[in-house]
Amino acid sequence: MKYLCLIYDEEKTLEAMPKDASDAFMGEYYAFTEGIRASGQYVAGEALQPVSTATTVRIRNGKLVTSDGPFAETKEQLGGFYLIEAKDLNEALQVAAKIPSVKLGSIEVRPVVDFSQQ
Amino acid sequence: MSEHPTDAMRQTVDAVYGAESRRVLATLIRLLGDFDLAEEALHDAFMAAMERWPREGVPHNPRAWLVSAGRFKAIDGIRRRARFDVKLEAIARHLEESAQKDTEGDDHSVEDDRLRLIFICCHPALPTEARLALTLREVCGITTEEIARALLTKPATVAQRIVRAKGKIRAARIPYQLPSREELVDRLDAVLHVVYLVFNEGYSASSGESLTRVDLSTEAIRLGRLLAELQPEPEAIGLLALMLLHEARRDTRTSPEGDLVLLEEQDRSRWNRAMISEGCALVERALTSRRFGPYTIQAAIAAVHDEAATAPETDWAQIVGLYDVLLRADPSPVVELNRAAAVAMRDGPQYGLTLIDALLARGELADYQHAHAARADLCRRLKRTADARASYERALSLAKQEPERRYLSRRLHQLGAEDATR
Repeated sequence: MKYLCLIYDEEKTLEAMPKDASDAFMGEYYAFTEGIRASGQYVAGEALQPVSTATTVRIRNGKLVTSDGPFAETKEQLGGFYLIEAKDLNEALQVAAKIPSVKLGSIEVRPVVDFSQQ
Repeated sequence: MSEHPTDAMRQTVDAVYGAESRRVLATLIRLLGDFDLAEEALHDAFMAAMERWPREGVPHNPRAWLVSAGRFKAIDGIRRRARFDVKLEAIARHLEESAQKDTEGDDHSVEDDRLRLIFICCHPALPTEARLALTLREVCGITTEEIARALLTKPATVAQRIVRAKGKIRAARIPYQLPSREELVDRLDAVLHVVYLVFNEGYSASSGESLTRVDLSTEAIRLGRLLAELQPEPEAIGLLALMLLHEARRDTRTSPEGDLVLLEEQDRSRWNRAMISEGCALVERALTSRRFGPYTIQAAIAAVHDEAATAPETDWAQIVGLYDVLLRADPSPVVELNRAAAVAMRDGPQYGLTLIDALLARGELADYQHAHAARADLCRRLKRTADARASYERALSLAKQEPERRYLSRRLHQLGAEDATR
């Protein structure tokens, strides 16, 4: 079963990190990704540009409305994700608990709908 | 033998239901992989028992018989529905094959199933209210209506919480599994928390209503016993001890009129000695493990109170010491407040009041009724009547439960009487 791990970090905290700390943090991410690739749990994963680059679109009353910024202003921002394969939620949570951002921000784990099982 | 064999048989089946239904359910959930399917199978199995036991006699191992009957009824049910939905046929075949493979019923796996059921109902991925409702429903076998009455909420609300929780278990695939060694501490914490909440719900229930309410404290102690037996970790033992040591005083906590009776005014001769000695022995056991936590420390505090023959004989120095340990293990302003009250008893009201005033000045307890009530009591003892009145009034404005409101009003009234005699 697939689970999407959404990574929420405080961008301000990450930006304020000194260079060596931020290099170490990236190193942890690199090692984590290698680890779940080796275990076969990795399906996909990406880091996102900061929310200052986000654009939100909606169609209201038939009219396209484009606005600057993220869908919602929050204290922690969506900064990246991993799509993982796990046998159940417990395994998914164990993987999520090893994502380096778990110590600074939060990881939201969402099961992916399997339309072949519906 | 009764003169009405059908009545006798009904009683037998009822007795088996009372003793075994939760075990049978726990095993059926594992075998069928679904809560609702298992509940339906449990129901069908007991229907089959009512029908067949009068003719065939009660089986040698009723539990194994019920598990097997429930399992095959469920497979039959899926088969019938498979006529309209081909995908179900594969599920039925899978269940049937696994049914042929295993031989049922060794006690070890049955007890593991009960633990699995507790752990899944208390899974930290479920909302707290849902864990409470699900545990009472599935592990304790209490009906939705009874749970609603016990939790002072609507049956529809409880039902919805249970349905949503089961929906999440299915959709997010929360496994029906015992936690791994590395998960155990965390997961056991979540279970103990639910048991503790159930106990507190029952313990703080006003006595007037308790006749019509399922006794949640008794259910919590039953759950606590089960856990201490199946997963004898120090904190599981500590929590059971804590509950027993509080439960032992329960009857003396309220007067026949339903008024609150403080610990120092309770009739200690009516405390339940059997519960106290069991609780004390459990505390000792948990403490010697050296891996104990907040539940064990709180139980130790309760044990010191329970062991004092009279209120003035309470070993307050030891209680303050235990609160110090508790503050290190689980710091919170409420624990600080309790420690301050103990300091007042050990060193005098002025010392406790200084601590409470400092605590109130920090703001976290500004709306906490018991902080103001404790302050009021110390001011009263120091004859600072105006301060005592202001604090009792503040506490009263925050109090929600009727017996507590009556207690605070009574105190206020007494203050007035003291004033008048000056």
